[in-house]
Parts: sequence; structure tokens; C-alpha cells
Amino acid sequence: MKIFFSILLTAILTNNYILSKFLGICPFLGVSKKLNTAVGMSAAVIFVMLLSSAVTYPLNTFLDKHGLGYLQTIVFILVIAALVQLVEIVLKKYIPALYASLGIYLPLITTNCAVLGVTILNIDNGYSFSHAMINSLGAGLGFMVAMVMFAGVRSRLESCQVPKFLQGLPITLVAASLTSLSFLGFTGLVENMFA
Amino acid sequence: MANKKSLREEFTKGIVKENPVLRLVLGTCPTLATTTSMESAIGMGVSAAIVLVCSNIVISALRKVIPQKVRIPCYIVVIASFVTIVQLLVKAFVPTLDQQLGVYLPLIVVNCIILGRAEAFAGKNGVLASAVDGLGMGIGFTCALIVMSAIRELLGAGSLLGHELLPIPPMTIFILAPGGFFVFGIVMALANKLAEAGGGKKAELGGCKACPMASSCEKLANGGCEKSAESDEKDKEAVK
Repeated sequence: MKIFFSILLTAILTNNYILSKFLGICPFLGVSKKLNTAVGMSAAVIFVMLLSSAVTYPLNTFLDKHGLGYLQTIVFILVIAALVQLVEIVLKKYIPALYASLGIYLPLITTNCAVLGVTILNIDNGYSFSHAMINSLGAGLGFMVAMVMFAGVRSRLESCQVPKFLQGLPITLVAASLTSLSFLGFTGLVENMFA
Repeated sequence: MANKKSLREEFTKGIVKENPVLRLVLGTCPTLATTTSMESAIGMGVSAAIVLVCSNIVISALRKVIPQKVRIPCYIVVIASFVTIVQLLVKAFVPTLDQQLGVYLPLIVVNCIILGRAEAFAGKNGVLASAVDGLGMGIGFTCALIVMSAIRELLGAGSLLGHELLPIPPMTIFILAPGGFFVFGIVMALANKLAEAGGGKKAELGGCKACPMASSCEKLANGGCEKSAESDEKDKEAVK
């Protein structure tokens, strides 16, 4: 039980996928202007992360067994792309309410490096299936925490007077730097908590 | 269309005018993640450039064979194949680089620069022009990574390419994540300033134009992801 919490908290706080692993920076900078879009996007990411980890993990065991481990990258990206399309079609047809809130973010997620990243890292870290699922959940939740926090930071930023040459993306990146700095404070927290 | 002058333009535009990192703001994840040392930055830049040139050549050679509707999956397969080739080569010949780049090496597959160039250029232009375009973009990407990593390694570890240079104690924060965001912001501000002096435009997130999924995405017509999300919210409220 302890290890579940440890993996979960590590993925959310100390090894946050956006703020310390730099995975999924594009949506982080692009879709974090408004709180509701940030929440919608992260919910879709959590969903796709869990689903694709659940599918790619057994697939990888299958590939390894047949000595096809080198196909990992190709297979994973194709599976994720196909899965996202499939989910989009199914949601549109059967659960239109959910599609209305998540669906619009789905095509964006196919090429989101955080999703491919989490599936590959699950394998690289040698997690078991349940640990891999917990790690994916943590990665998704961490994504959401960072997105939501940063949406708040950006709404404050909008009413600030910024020097001309810093306006736009540069000041956004500096703000991201400060947000990421605050997450450095969690270093060592998880290790000590379960020591 | 490929006379000499235009080829030179295709080559140089990727390095300065349309630098993928500093002007088009693509490929931000590897830019931030692999610039902790100059060595890994050069490794990342060169690997991505090789994938970019090869996939541009193959995609442009196949552009008349690939059906319009399934071109994105086709591009992804081509790119993923080259990434796997590069990955295996790096693992075999430069194992230290493989350790440094870690997960970011297979993640070249989802680097927006590569899919973006395939969609915006290689799918529409001849083989030679696409190869030159890929080479220019690859060099532009590598240059931006080298600039970022030089600042970060010099300030954060006091060294360049592993050689001790600065006598002052290093500021480790520049190698950590916050330093990455900070240096990227400052470098981009400088690039904006230079572009302004040269009469260019400010770097902005390209939004839908830069998104490789743009053509297969119906939201473009509604004014992009953010806008269509807003109008969606309004629709829902109206229904209530």
C-alpha cells in the first residue's frame, strides 16, 4: 500500500510531468489561459493516459516475448493515435455529454509527449501493471495540478504591466519558471514521508 | 521549382527567420529537457535533425502515393521508423548519450517540428527542396539548443562541454527545471528584440497553424481550440 502512495505522490509532486520532466509543455503553454479549458484538457489527458497505459503495458510484454522490443516506439505511438480516434468516435456516438466536455481536446492529445512519455517511462522504470496504472494516474493528476495552478497564475499575469520585450511568451515562461520553483520545495518530501 | 536561389532560401529560413524553437515555438519539450548540458543538447539536436531530414525525404518521395485522408498516420509511421533507427544506433555507438537523453530520444516521434514540417512542407514539395528544408530546420533546432545549453551549463555547472571554465561557484538552479523555463523565456525575449530590430514579428504560439493536427481538426473553422472551447461552453449554458 505504501508503495502505491509513494508512486502516486512522486508523480504528482516531486516528479511532476510538466514542471520537472518537461513533458506536455505545448498544451501547458497553449491551453492554460482559461481555467475551464485547462480543467477540460487535463481531464482528457488523465483519461487517455490511463487508457493507453492499460493497453500498451500488456502489448509491450507481448513484444518482448517475441523479441520485437525494438518496435516499441512505433507500436506505442500508433496504438495511442488509434485509441484516441476510437475513444472520440465512441464518445461522440454513445456519451455525447462527455464528448461535449472532453471531446474537443482529444485530437490534440495524440501528439502530446506526456502521454507517450508516461507509457514509455512505465516500461523503463520496470513497474508492474498496477504500479504502472498508479503512475499514469499520478502523472495525469500532476498534469492537472500544474495546468490549473498555471491558469491561475496567468489570469493574474494578464492584468500586470509587463516590459514590452517580455510581453507574451517570454513572461509566460518566466512565470512557469517560478511555478516550477515552487514545486522544487517538494523534493525529498515523499522519501521522508514513507521512510 | 527548385532553382538554386530558392534552395538557399529554404535552407537559411529554418536557421534564422523561421527558427523552429525561437520563432515558431515548436519542440519546446526537448528544448527545455535536454539543454542541461551542451553535450546532450548537441546529441538531441543532431538526432532530431537526422530524423527530420530522412523523414522529409521519404515523405516527399511518397507524397503522391499516400492517400490524403490517412496521411497523418502514414507520416507518424515513417517518423517513428527513423526514430527507432536513430535510437538503436545511439544505443549501440554512444551509450552515454542514450543514458543522458533517456526517454526524450524515443519522444522525438512526437516532436512537433518533425510532424509539422512533414505536413507543412514535405507533403507538398519535391524531394530535394524537402531535404534542404529539413536540414535547415534541423540546424536551426540544434543552434537554439546549443545557445540554451551554453547559458545553462555555464551558469549552472560552471563548465562548457564538461570543461571547467568559471571560477565562481555554480548556480545549480540553472540546471534544474525552473532555470530551464527562465533561460528559455529570456532567450526568447532577446530573439524577439532582435527580430523587432530586423523588422520581423514577435514569436507567438502558432496555435492551430503550428499544430500538426490542424488539417484534420474541425475546430480550425470555429477559430481554434481555445475559442471553440469557449463557444462550446456558451452552447451548453444556452441549452441549460
